[in-house]
Amino acid sequence: MASFLEAINVSYGYRAPRRVIDGISFSIEEGELVGVIGPNGAGKTTLLKLIDGIIEPQQGEIHLKGRALREMSRREIAQQVAMLPQEVTFYFNFTSLEIVLQGRAPFLGGLRLEGEMDVKIARDTMAKTGTMSFADLSITELSEGEKQRVLVARALTQQPRLLLLDEPTANLDLGYQVEIMDLVRALSRQAGVAVVMASHDINLAAEYCHRLLLLKEGRVFCQGSPEEVLNERVLTEVYQCRLLVDRNPLSGAPRITLRSGLNSK
Amino acid sequence: MSKISLRSKRKFLLALLSLLLLLIAAMVVSVSVGSSEVGFWQTLKVLGHSIGLSDNTSPRVADIIVLHIRLPRVILAALVGAALAIAGGIYQALIRNPLGDPYILGVSSGAVLGSVVGLISGMAGNWLTTQLFAFMGAIVAIVIVYQVAKTGGRINTMKLILAGVIVSAFFSGITMFLFSTASGSTITNILFWMMGDLSTQPLSTIWRIAPFVLGIMVLLYLLSGELNLVMVSEENALQLGVNVERVKKGAFVLASLLTGAVVSVSGAIGFIGLIVPNMVRLLWGADLRSHLPLTALSGAGFLVLSDTLARLVLYPTELPVGVVTAAFGAPFFIYLLKQKVG
Repeated sequence: MASFLEAINVSYGYRAPRRVIDGISFSIEEGELVGVIGPNGAGKTTLLKLIDGIIEPQQGEIHLKGRALREMSRREIAQQVAMLPQEVTFYFNFTSLEIVLQGRAPFLGGLRLEGEMDVKIARDTMAKTGTMSFADLSITELSEGEKQRVLVARALTQQPRLLLLDEPTANLDLGYQVEIMDLVRALSRQAGVAVVMASHDINLAAEYCHRLLLLKEGRVFCQGSPEEVLNERVLTEVYQCRLLVDRNPLSGAPRITLRSGLNSK
Repeated sequence: MSKISLRSKRKFLLALLSLLLLLIAAMVVSVSVGSSEVGFWQTLKVLGHSIGLSDNTSPRVADIIVLHIRLPRVILAALVGAALAIAGGIYQALIRNPLGDPYILGVSSGAVLGSVVGLISGMAGNWLTTQLFAFMGAIVAIVIVYQVAKTGGRINTMKLILAGVIVSAFFSGITMFLFSTASGSTITNILFWMMGDLSTQPLSTIWRIAPFVLGIMVLLYLLSGELNLVMVSEENALQLGVNVERVKKGAFVLASLLTGAVVSVSGAIGFIGLIVPNMVRLLWGADLRSHLPLTALSGAGFLVLSDTLARLVLYPTELPVGVVTAAFGAPFFIYLLKQKVG
């Protein structure tokens, strides 16, 4: 039985000799929450785009439920995969509800006219992400954190089988970090949605993810459970800084504490 | 339908109806204004009779003035206004920039040059080939401007405007050059419409252009759902299942056809594609599925009123209608530029 998502020896580079992703292989099962961590420029965002089929690997293949992504149409992919992009600049005054409703687009006909059901789904996810109060406000008037939650609502409105999150908590205050991540975890547990999340927040990833993929310079440096991946030796080597790894007293998940001052080099 | 979508639907239908009534009112007023002695009530009588509402008691000459001289001009103004406004709205969506306008982007100059090349070379024998030449000019202009302004997948506003100005100036230069080499009789044929003139076209031209222009608008409307997603970003549209390249190419070609079609009969009239879509967006939101119909009606009304003003301001002398649209458009352009580049 093939995995839900399978990447086989995938490579990609934006400009010829330099490979941003260099021969990566991994697989993800339904209901699994996988964190992608690594330093700046390690290829986290590029990897998410490859999994979403936005860009095609120059080498290797990615299979979704046994089908090669490059053989699927954009619409077929969008009916199963949703992406929360890292940064979106809005130029026009769409309302938040209109933006969230765009998540229904992969399921609608030519004019993308939304029906009663679509509006209901959108309002549900807006209620869950605390965005209902600005449903009728222009997206351009919202703060970064509010925009982020609207985009989360949209990704959930797409009702994906695979949810890709690029820095989902980057602009959120503590309360919403927990709220959004709890929501994502519930989705993977209850609906069996597979989640791939790229994050700089290693503690958050350790707390919520079943498995971590640690990238360095486009390769998988190591992968496994948070306990296996997060140790001082590995992290010091990859991030080139000194840190302390102990246990989160509440959940027992690995916890990182930065040491300021001298560099490990 | 749930509450929210119902509310916005009602708001849209109300706006649509109001704009339609305003357009009809503007057209009636415009038809009743002119240099000859056919006043408002007489005009209403003639119009009423022509749609079978009243007995004809007006003199034959009033009939001719209203139905064959004034009416074609007003219908043409409405058609051209709607088309240029829609073209502007589409360009704005495609380049994700409120400054998209066929005139500013140099598309209109491209269409003018195309038509002039066709007419002077004698290759554009009938209205259809003239259209084709205008379209080719328009598409060449938009491709050049788009390529120059694109930096790493994004459209740079300053480059966009500069590229538009340069392409516009260059194409106008070639047009002037062609004029100075052409023979006298050809020049007089062309010179009229090139100045942005609505008065020279007979009703027959309008009936030929109208289905073409309206047809393109319908096709563009069919793309509006997907263009909504492109308006956020091209990556956004890809993620939501749109074949972006197909939609983008289709919309660019259709908007350029539309510009070419109206420029080839009315010359280059500026700023409608800038003012109208932006105002409509401010008032009724960005969703193209409601934005495009409202933009078409507003654009039509705006040019009909501008043309009426152009005939009245220096009465009995007429101004080119482009002077009036520029008087409104240039300050608005500066305002948008301040907002955008600030």
